[in-house]
Amino acid sequence: MNTLFDKIWDAHLVTKVENGPTQLYIDRLYCHEVTSPQAFSGLKARGLKPLRPEKIFCMPDHNTPTHDQDKEIEDEISRTQVNTLAQNAKEFGLTHFGMLHPKNGIIHVVGPENGLTLPGMTIVCGDSHTSTHGALGSVAFGIGTSEVEMVLASQCILQSKPKTMRITVNGRLDKGVTAKDVALYIIAKMTTGGATGYFVEYAGDVIRSMSMEGRLTLCNLSIEMGARGGMIAPDEITFDYLKGREFAPKESEWDTAMAFWKTLKSDDDALFDKEILFNGNDIQPMITYGTNPGMGMGITEKIPTLESIPEVGRISYSKSLEYMGYQPGELLIGKKIDYVFLGSCTNGRIEDFRAFASLVKGKKKDPSVIAWIVPGSWHVNNQLKEEGIDKILIEAGFAIRQPGCSACLAMNDDKVPAGKYAVSTSNRNFEGRQGPGARTLLASPLVAAAAALTGKITDPRTCM
Amino acid sequence: MKNEKFTILTSTCVPLPLENVDTDQIIPARFLKATTKDGFGDNLFRDWRYDKQGNQIGSFVLNDPTYSGQILVAGKNFGSGSSREHAAWAIAGYGFRVVISSFFADIFKNNALNNFVLPIVVSEPFLASLFNCISKNPETKVEVNLADQTVINTALGVSEHFEINPYKKHCLMNGLDDIDFLLSNKDKIEAWETENQQF
Ligand code: SF4
Repeated sequence: MNTLFDKIWDAHLVTKVENGPTQLYIDRLYCHEVTSPQAFSGLKARGLKPLRPEKIFCMPDHNTPTHDQDKEIEDEISRTQVNTLAQNAKEFGLTHFGMLHPKNGIIHVVGPENGLTLPGMTIVCGDSHTSTHGALGSVAFGIGTSEVEMVLASQCILQSKPKTMRITVNGRLDKGVTAKDVALYIIAKMTTGGATGYFVEYAGDVIRSMSMEGRLTLCNLSIEMGARGGMIAPDEITFDYLKGREFAPKESEWDTAMAFWKTLKSDDDALFDKEILFNGNDIQPMITYGTNPGMGMGITEKIPTLESIPEVGRISYSKSLEYMGYQPGELLIGKKIDYVFLGSCTNGRIEDFRAFASLVKGKKKDPSVIAWIVPGSWHVNNQLKEEGIDKILIEAGFAIRQPGCSACLAMNDDKVPAGKYAVSTSNRNFEGRQGPGARTLLASPLVAAAAALTGKITDPRTCM
Repeated sequence: MKNEKFTILTSTCVPLPLENVDTDQIIPARFLKATTKDGFGDNLFRDWRYDKQGNQIGSFVLNDPTYSGQILVAGKNFGSGSSREHAAWAIAGYGFRVVISSFFADIFKNNALNNFVLPIVVSEPFLASLFNCISKNPETKVEVNLADQTVINTALGVSEHFEINPYKKHCLMNGLDDIDFLLSNKDKIEAWETENQQF
């Protein structure tokens, strides 16, 4: 009768506060430089140390520049945050993948690719896109800095149990439709608050046939419809992905782990608080036209008219379109764009680069477009070289930058200027997200590639 | 703000009748670079509050002397977006102790409570009439009684019950902290670890 979420949650229950939240044991705490310093200083102020340092992994990603990482970071505050993380990790004996470390990169890319994220785990990080790790069948969710301090101090967290939702996507995806499009489609249907209070399990044919990279992209975006997290039951695709990864169990431990992992699925008669069903055949390449990830549509569609928006939402809707410089009811296809960003914890993995490269191979970037091509980690960067993707991109006029969050939130120098349009493979199109006044259009790596080639919003299926 | 006991608060309100105010609006990412919790209040709603030259934008409500108080009244789905607690620090740092809306993003709600800011969910009609009262009379006061879990629009004398997790209520009313509680269970943490060795 239990859902996968219930099983993992219940297995990590340390105790329950009467009339209150659950004290949940945490298997992995990931720390980055932005949301951890205050937690460490709080810990120190209490005279405490991390209770289980071996379960904590630290790496800078938000502030890291995407060029000249061997030099000191120019921006003083960025430098302070990055150095503070290194010092805290050193002081407390925590694993730290600093800048230029071969395992450095965006936490949500690094965790899975090194086998640090495993099925059945509870995983937290002071970052909302921690939901990414659920793709391997773990319960993973973002927390605030006070909660990071909690986990540092006690390896536990106080949480009230969310409700469960299953989103099933059956059918199959057309050519040119990727995991990112599935995610943007779901969010557009659910709205940005539509899964608030829920933990989502994704199921159905489309999910089952999705690669691990695709699943990571999908779970990554769960938070954009308000969900606490998203997860996918582990299967052969998961196990194949994990086998041989550095921190994954080895030899006899692997067999023990596999025996356990195979039990990790929702029972046939499991009851979810909410069930949602979509058909994969209905999905086309998506693009957002507004200032939240729920404002997305099929790339060939028209922006919804004001009349089609519920009355209470019209003021925000108009404000949003005004910010974007678009009119209700108009087509986006053919509109000029200025920047393209391939990267982030949503689409900074090898498969995303393969997809991008498949479209631009043998062609040339439009000279008016500035493109930031940013691998999610050094590991991904090495894969690009091994597969010769770097050459394809360079020949097409793209330069590959050094790994990090980059233009996803523009904490480093990679900022989109005010009023300019960026087709971005990241996860947020909020006002000012990619720089003050920047206009972000979220889309898949294929849509980004098509835009980079033409300088306009283009249906990637016409370039394939 | 921290560890201040919360019982009853009566205050005028600052109205922000916009929906889906996200954490990037509450505190833009470029202000997240600090390594302490201080000073975030100064940059609350930075890009709505100041223009590029750093001059106050007179039309924004925080710059309008007509409105003040320890209660922020906001449109639906307040605090969506990132998990960053900086948004809660900015709200707390500015001096708000209560945020009233008809809907909050989950993580924001938790973060607010962890910083002794009380997020209160009210019905859409209550919210609409509160906005209406405030715009007619900026002196409109709201009374929040945490013990009774009621919020009262004193202009109309209408009140509503609000929900809060009993544990959080206890913490807020007593100025208590989660970490003390968690560590008081250290024997249970160790017992769990002994039984569950897989990772
Ligand atoms: S890539 Fe973007 S969303 Fe992902 S962790 Fe970095 S800043 Fe956050």
